[in-house]
Amino acid sequence: MKLDPTPRAKDVVAYPDAGTENWEPYRMPLAPGHHPHYPPNGLKLLGKSVPLVDGAAKVTGQAVYTDDIKLPNMVVAKLVRSAKAHARIASIDVSAAEAMPGVVGVLTGLEMRPEQRFGVLPLTKDEHPLALDKVRHIGDPVAIVCAEDEWTAIEAAKAIRVTYEDLPEYLDPAKGLKPVAEKIHAEIGVDGTNVQKYVDQVFGHPEEFLEGGQSALVLRRQFRFKGVTHAFTEPHCVIAHHHPNGRLTVWSATQVPYYVHRALAEVTGLPMHKIQVVRPKVGGGFGGKSDPFGFEMATALLAMKVKRPVKLLFDREESFINNRGRHPTETEMALAFDEAGSITALDIQAVIDGGAFASFGIISTYYNGVLSMGPYKVPNFTYKGRRVYTNHMPSGAMRGHGAVNSRCAVEVLLDEAAEQMGMDPIDLRLRNLMPPYSFTLNDFRITSNGLKECLERVRERSGWDHKLRQLPVGRGIGLGCGFYISGSNLPIHWDIEPRRYPQSTVHIKIDMDAGVTVHTGAAEIGQGSDTVAAMVVAEVLGIDINRVRVYSGNSDTAPIDLGSYSSRVTFMMGNAARKAAEDIRQQLIQAAARKTGQQIEHFVLENERVVSLSNPEFQMSFDEAVKEAIAGSGALVAKGTFISTPMGGKFKGATAGLAPAYSMNAYVAEVDVDIDTGVWRCRKVWAAHDCGKVLNRLSVEGQIEGSIHMGLGQVMTESLEYRLAQLRTSNLLDYKIPTPLEMPEVECILVESNDAEGPFGAKEAGEGPLLPILPAVVNALYDAVGVRLYDLPVTPDRLWAAMQRNGGAKKPAGFRPQPMVRLRGGGEE
Amino acid sequence: MTKRLMTFRINGAERTLALEPQAILLDALREDANLTGTKRGCDMGTCGCCAVIVDGVARLACLTLASTVQGREITTIEGVGAGEMDPLQRAFHEEGGSQCGFCTPGFIMTSKALLDHTPDPSEHEIREAISGNMCRCTGYVKIIEAIQRAADERRGAKNPLIHVEGVAP
Repeated sequence: MKLDPTPRAKDVVAYPDAGTENWEPYRMPLAPGHHPHYPPNGLKLLGKSVPLVDGAAKVTGQAVYTDDIKLPNMVVAKLVRSAKAHARIASIDVSAAEAMPGVVGVLTGLEMRPEQRFGVLPLTKDEHPLALDKVRHIGDPVAIVCAEDEWTAIEAAKAIRVTYEDLPEYLDPAKGLKPVAEKIHAEIGVDGTNVQKYVDQVFGHPEEFLEGGQSALVLRRQFRFKGVTHAFTEPHCVIAHHHPNGRLTVWSATQVPYYVHRALAEVTGLPMHKIQVVRPKVGGGFGGKSDPFGFEMATALLAMKVKRPVKLLFDREESFINNRGRHPTETEMALAFDEAGSITALDIQAVIDGGAFASFGIISTYYNGVLSMGPYKVPNFTYKGRRVYTNHMPSGAMRGHGAVNSRCAVEVLLDEAAEQMGMDPIDLRLRNLMPPYSFTLNDFRITSNGLKECLERVRERSGWDHKLRQLPVGRGIGLGCGFYISGSNLPIHWDIEPRRYPQSTVHIKIDMDAGVTVHTGAAEIGQGSDTVAAMVVAEVLGIDINRVRVYSGNSDTAPIDLGSYSSRVTFMMGNAARKAAEDIRQQLIQAAARKTGQQIEHFVLENERVVSLSNPEFQMSFDEAVKEAIAGSGALVAKGTFISTPMGGKFKGATAGLAPAYSMNAYVAEVDVDIDTGVWRCRKVWAAHDCGKVLNRLSVEGQIEGSIHMGLGQVMTESLEYRLAQLRTSNLLDYKIPTPLEMPEVECILVESNDAEGPFGAKEAGEGPLLPILPAVVNALYDAVGVRLYDLPVTPDRLWAAMQRNGGAKKPAGFRPQPMVRLRGGGEE
Repeated sequence: MTKRLMTFRINGAERTLALEPQAILLDALREDANLTGTKRGCDMGTCGCCAVIVDGVARLACLTLASTVQGREITTIEGVGAGEMDPLQRAFHEEGGSQCGFCTPGFIMTSKALLDHTPDPSEHEIREAISGNMCRCTGYVKIIEAIQRAADERRGAKNPLIHVEGVAP
């Protein structure tokens, strides 16, 4: 791959002086088992397995999701979707639909104004509620119609006649790198191309190590990754109601109510305070419900037009079309090493198929490069990323956003390099580990880092030293590591100056009932964010978790939180909840001290009591302390906020990938291959994840196991396949997700590196755990049958064909591991 | 089309609903009987979110014509546990077998049908029984553990053992 440089000089980032002096540690780690956030009497609740606070409603069928809501006088809406991939809208005839009995109202793109433009990132607002003048992918919504019942709405949608003038279709992102006849988005992309985002970065002098004789080994490979999608179980659903008092309420299955709120304000012209966004229970998101969507805006506009509540529910195919899944990507990657096996340079070039809209594309483009260095010391680095608009379904953020494909490539190259250098793959990684409390080449601030322990523990638990290259033909073992952000350091508050506003705010209220009400805008999407909020507050206040009730689904009562994406909730909302609870704790202690005449320093809260440590005679129940504190002043209230520390380099794009902390992980996968057919399965995964500090063991394990399932799908069977511009894997039969029969045994190994700034030491566990499974499986397949596939997914037919080309399945030749340390004697198999 | 009255036994009580002849059981339950615990995930039998039990057998409500199950005993998630959590529901809740919860009613109905017929299923039997249900959150690990625990509890085992052994050969 030979990508031309970006045509805009200001897009080029060159830091020739970037170097290894940055590796100096800047802060000493915390002693294990201690953290400034711990209450004086230690942790009582955090670290245990706590079932979800909203779990009882879910297992009894009482949890209310958006589609379970029925409003009086509500009508049902359907979208009219484009049958063309790229075409100008010539006319839309709604007369037949409007004349149908039962049809209540119609809205088309022709009624939109150009300024009703929105998009999740302030720099690339390229969406409208309905296609304004042209359609950009098959299924692009052009009109919305509502009726008294669903069947009438479906018939009315069919009766709307749209005529198009065809435009050239762009399906190959490589073709969009050059000037095109008709840009997909006229206003975005330079020099007449379909490129939505260029990233060109050079740190140090990579060319000397990639091309010259300064490296002992340079490996360069081409990787191809198909698009995959979230496939959450709950299809998108939205309800909008414009009240007679002028306020608009929108119920939506969204991960980021705040962004929906802002987009609604832009599109409807209503001030934000006239809009209420309600997030009912969300049936899974994984990134696929984190953009504000055109269908949400269109439903709101239609509700304003017809003056009745409007519900729009997607069918399964529509959720596939809406997509925003992981980008189809062609990646060329080169890794260079010196004689001793230390990495000398990393070179990445990626052409990323963005589909029809920008979505999170600026960030996706950066992440394909900048998140690939950690968890290793990389002294020279270059990245060229091109996210190109095509007429495919729009890609966006999906669990492990932007990092997954490049991570897979890095880890596969490391495995290959270890073999060529005669080193054990674990030893090669240990040699190149980035130290804790240091900076990367591109000025990421690395705090806690438990990767060394992750590697040591998977080595021991998996029996690695007597399995690698020693299992029978057809069975293999492989390693993959990962590195992921705990929230984005730059809060995206749309057009307002971001740094001045918190990433998360939590309110707590306690009144005479002595129940603890927590208000947060962090979106509970099944990952357990309500539960972690309740646990943190209960821990700080020394109370039973059942005394806490979390209200997180209503913009009228919730302080703004940036929502559930970028693995930010535990870190940021957790810290905000902790601070709010600490404020309440102080108020209760002051009341207890006042009442008893003791000094405030001596009081702690535990077991639902406020107790003086110096003289346990002086104590009172939590209820009594609350009443004492309220007397004369009214209900207790407190606020906690989180704003991450300023950090990062001064170059363009320096904020991309910056996070207040990073999770690390190492997985070993063991696979079985049927050498006659290429059918393979993953037997077991040993998954070591450094989440800083386990807050809810049940949730951390659940996130790891779920991530393994999702990542296994991408390496095994999942693929968004097109016939020309038509998505043909648009249902759950053709889009193959691993079933319980494919899911391997998982051994979760939780590593606690005790992060200084994470709440009680915690970091993320929601997305990072997906990264290592892909390369671990690819490397294990190589160990099993001696062929390495650089294209995902590794379907049986492709694995079988590769084995045939290689002369049949065989153990990789010419290499026997020479581990530095033997943890156990003798090969048992 | 003209609606007609159809009678079912839903969760132990006789219910008569006015439905169009071509009405799908899922629509009848969610829209007409107001039993929204049964979830709509795909409308084409691919996700298992709408599983209910008809005369002791797990069925997908989205692929069932309501008219074909008239007079039959239909159990939905609302009919499990009678106001409290039954052993399956408690196990799903406490073992982490439910995250976003959208697939959970379907899984509980499918596994209830399994345990009603096979009180002591092997791990492979559990995996096979739930292989038509999709969960995108849990990776099935804790779902399988929950079903194993519930099976043990329902049989009155003193010390329910929870152990997942991996894919059966």
